[in-house]
Amino acid sequence: MSRTTPNGFVLEETSRRVAIDPITRIEGHLRIELNVDDKNVIRNAVSVGAMWRGLEVILQGRDPRDAWAFVQRICGVCTGVHAIASVRSVEDALGIELPQNANLIRNIMMLTLYAQDHLVHFYHLHALDWVDVLSALRASPVETAALAQSISSWSKSSAGYFKDVQTKLTNFVGSGQLGPFRNGYWGHAAYKLPPEANLMAVAHYLEALDFQREIVKIHAILGGKNPHPHWLVGGVPCAINVHGTGAVGALNIERLNMVREIANRTREFIDQVYIPDLLAIASFYKDWAAIGGGLSSKNLMSYGEFPSHANNSSNDNLGMPRGAILGGDLSRLHEVDLKDPAQVQEFASHAWYKYPSGNEGLHPWDGVTECDFRLGSKGKIEQDRLINVDESEKYSYVKAPRYKGEAMEVGPLARLVIAYVAGRKDIKELVDGALRKLDVPLTALFSTLGRTAARGLEAQWAAARLVETVDDLFANIRNGDINTANTEKWEPKTWPTLAKGVGSCEAPRGALGHWIVIRDQKIANYQCVVPSTWNASSRDPKGNIGAYEAALLGTPMVDPERPLEVLRTIHSFDPCLACATHLYGPDGAPLASVDVL
Amino acid sequence: MADAIDRPPSRIVATTADVIAARGIPRRDFLGFCSVMAMMLGLGPTGWATVARALETKPRIPVLWLHGHECTCCSESFIRSSHPQVSDVVLSMISLDYDDTIMAASGTQAESIVDEIMRDCKGSYILAVEGNVPLANNGWNCIVGGRPFHKVLNETARNARAIISWGTCASFGCVQAAKPNPSQSTPIYKLVKHVPVINVPGCPPIAEVMTGILTYILAFDRLPELDTKLRPRMFYGQRIHDKCYRRAHFDAGQFVESWDDEGARLGYCLYKMGCRGPTTYNACSTIGWNDGLSFPIKSGHGCIGCSEDGFWDRGPFYERLPHLHQFGIESTADKIGLGAVVGLGAAVAVHAAISAIKSVAERSSGKEEDTGHPRSNETDNRS
Repeated sequence: MSRTTPNGFVLEETSRRVAIDPITRIEGHLRIELNVDDKNVIRNAVSVGAMWRGLEVILQGRDPRDAWAFVQRICGVCTGVHAIASVRSVEDALGIELPQNANLIRNIMMLTLYAQDHLVHFYHLHALDWVDVLSALRASPVETAALAQSISSWSKSSAGYFKDVQTKLTNFVGSGQLGPFRNGYWGHAAYKLPPEANLMAVAHYLEALDFQREIVKIHAILGGKNPHPHWLVGGVPCAINVHGTGAVGALNIERLNMVREIANRTREFIDQVYIPDLLAIASFYKDWAAIGGGLSSKNLMSYGEFPSHANNSSNDNLGMPRGAILGGDLSRLHEVDLKDPAQVQEFASHAWYKYPSGNEGLHPWDGVTECDFRLGSKGKIEQDRLINVDESEKYSYVKAPRYKGEAMEVGPLARLVIAYVAGRKDIKELVDGALRKLDVPLTALFSTLGRTAARGLEAQWAAARLVETVDDLFANIRNGDINTANTEKWEPKTWPTLAKGVGSCEAPRGALGHWIVIRDQKIANYQCVVPSTWNASSRDPKGNIGAYEAALLGTPMVDPERPLEVLRTIHSFDPCLACATHLYGPDGAPLASVDVL
Repeated sequence: MADAIDRPPSRIVATTADVIAARGIPRRDFLGFCSVMAMMLGLGPTGWATVARALETKPRIPVLWLHGHECTCCSESFIRSSHPQVSDVVLSMISLDYDDTIMAASGTQAESIVDEIMRDCKGSYILAVEGNVPLANNGWNCIVGGRPFHKVLNETARNARAIISWGTCASFGCVQAAKPNPSQSTPIYKLVKHVPVINVPGCPPIAEVMTGILTYILAFDRLPELDTKLRPRMFYGQRIHDKCYRRAHFDAGQFVESWDDEGARLGYCLYKMGCRGPTTYNACSTIGWNDGLSFPIKSGHGCIGCSEDGFWDRGPFYERLPHLHQFGIESTADKIGLGAVVGLGAAVAVHAAISAIKSVAERSSGKEEDTGHPRSNETDNRS
């Protein structure tokens, strides 16, 4: 029996049901259930967010200036994004103007994260979906070197270097302890790379693992540590002192030089390693430019990011513009207003929460939620093991956020397409250049491969902008501005009795919003709607499905018991489930009886 | 090839040093690494030989790295380790057979590894736990492999050689356990008896502390000495404040009074901005973060005490150590801060008073009983 959802996807509950749990190489806990037909094509997909932590209720009654530290702990992978959304929400509520140095330093922090997070996602969370590690053992180091040198001027590309990597890999595999590569899908028919491309990618997997820690040193310099650097409402904590005595206690010329040096090396690594690898690997998987599109060819959204000047929320001031595309109409960008109660709403009809208003959607300022874990009538738990959920009822800890009632896809692909449609020259050149190299049309972007390519292109854009933004910081200091914090409204006694604010940011994974209500100098309500809530969304009362579920439909699998194809598409979203699962909850829930060992 | 992959770890003969050599790392570099580790671990000038001997004779220890209620910042920190580099740790020192953040396999292929390790490496694997265990809703607030996380923990803990609780989540509960702890998130040591538990708090812990503890266990075939909160004394024996490079400004009464003021630009002490350095046991001011490059105070923000039990409920973070009010520290610090001519002796006395008061306050608050303070399991450590 099949049915068509209001947003245009055909679901068919075939008799064969497969569960994949845990989905690994993501942040947090995600389960995917599928129905496949007799040709192993996916006909129904169910995305189950499998954790719930309750942070928003913990925030109630606390000092709004502390909120960034709490919400930053929503996610340690995209570290900083919740902190920046939080300080922006407080600044919006209280009308605090930001010094330009603080604006630039925050942009530097975010661009650094884009570069590092996208790089780690590509090599360490996603590459093993495309790269067969064991095939690399059969590669010719000489031919690998020829391949590497044909696509990049990166210095580590001699035959001797690849021979060395291959020897290490051979001995590692020979030890019998495969560690993270144990039980991988090696030899799967869906792997298409020649051994030489596999060896090159394995070498860069290891190089990127070492290099990623260099990138985030920028966070350590400007925020004290990474993961989880420190932030400040009204500015940034690192004072600037480049001229006077005692400058070692602040951001001085030595520290600024270090930031610049790391930014330059980051750009070099992404330009010379990540992008050539991405294009080389993509060229063997062009069939994936027609798989996994889901919502991407219909509904995309971005809140916009990287304000060039402080305290200017206009779209022209943003490096990545704000906007939404509906119904695949690329000729029109819709306005996004996070304060409009009719635009962003969350539904909980199919999520493990209770709504006092039943199936109605709620704007985040009015958001209320209460945990309600129960399976539907067809769901099954046997001996404390979840066998299957019932997606016709409640089935996930991820709610269903909607923009004007529509399910949306967010993330690097959405940002690039929206910037492209908005006519941004820099993005247009970047995207058109890659499409030309791969010899595929613009519509190829709306796919699993497109999502993965967009992330790489955005990393390249971010690294270039990082270098420019460091220059901007130097220039602003040279012009005599050394201010980093505005403390006019630091003291709670200067605040109104009631204030409401929204802070948004474009996290590496997509559109992120925090809504805060401050009453009597304390947090009265706090709600987050995060990128993976949009993408991993449960179904809404009308039956619209979210981005993960839509993207899996129609995917042909070689063997549903070895679900490599599912991992490709799910990983192309870079899931972050600690973020996605709604965070609000009641106190006093009953304690389970637990065996103590 | 398939035979090599499927061979259970119990039959493995390659030692850590074999694998390091096989990876083409020269002997000289290997010994250099051993002496760095020996220095970090406080083993004195001849310690390198002990480390080298240990790495040359022992097979790689299987590690199961589980994720409960957490944010994955501990894993992210772990991969920032510069000495040793994380690629060396994962490929040469331990056998990281299960870690759902980086492992290639998913679903049943991933879950079968847990069963295999429990079967083949009974009593010899290390269970590393990132995150804690939510007990509300019968444990169904955190589902891994289709099961409540506490079930997974119960099974895997039983036959582990030791459990490492990574980060403040696993050690003390951290942010989701802050009041009112809606998911009833519970730290590991409260749920596991009869297996040694090492708490490695911090949100996250410093990368080199994480890899240092693993390397210590490997090198010396024993667990590190722990304090009463089950933290390794080698890294958690001193307060941030004890070794803070801004300590001289505290002693001299030079404080940041407001963000981005002259004191902030001169790198003065952040005590008045709420710094928790005086009450936080961690190695940030000695080892430093991200290859020793900085730590929060060095970048201008006070310590928020992220390695301390219950630190989320000791806010607001920008109020100076509130439980010290009654002892008159505030007025003393204010007077000094105004630039009055105060002898160094007086400032040092202020600090001594904070230390003494802090320890008395902790003892007299009866906190150990209230919070289910961890027991010491030092006797277990030597078994």
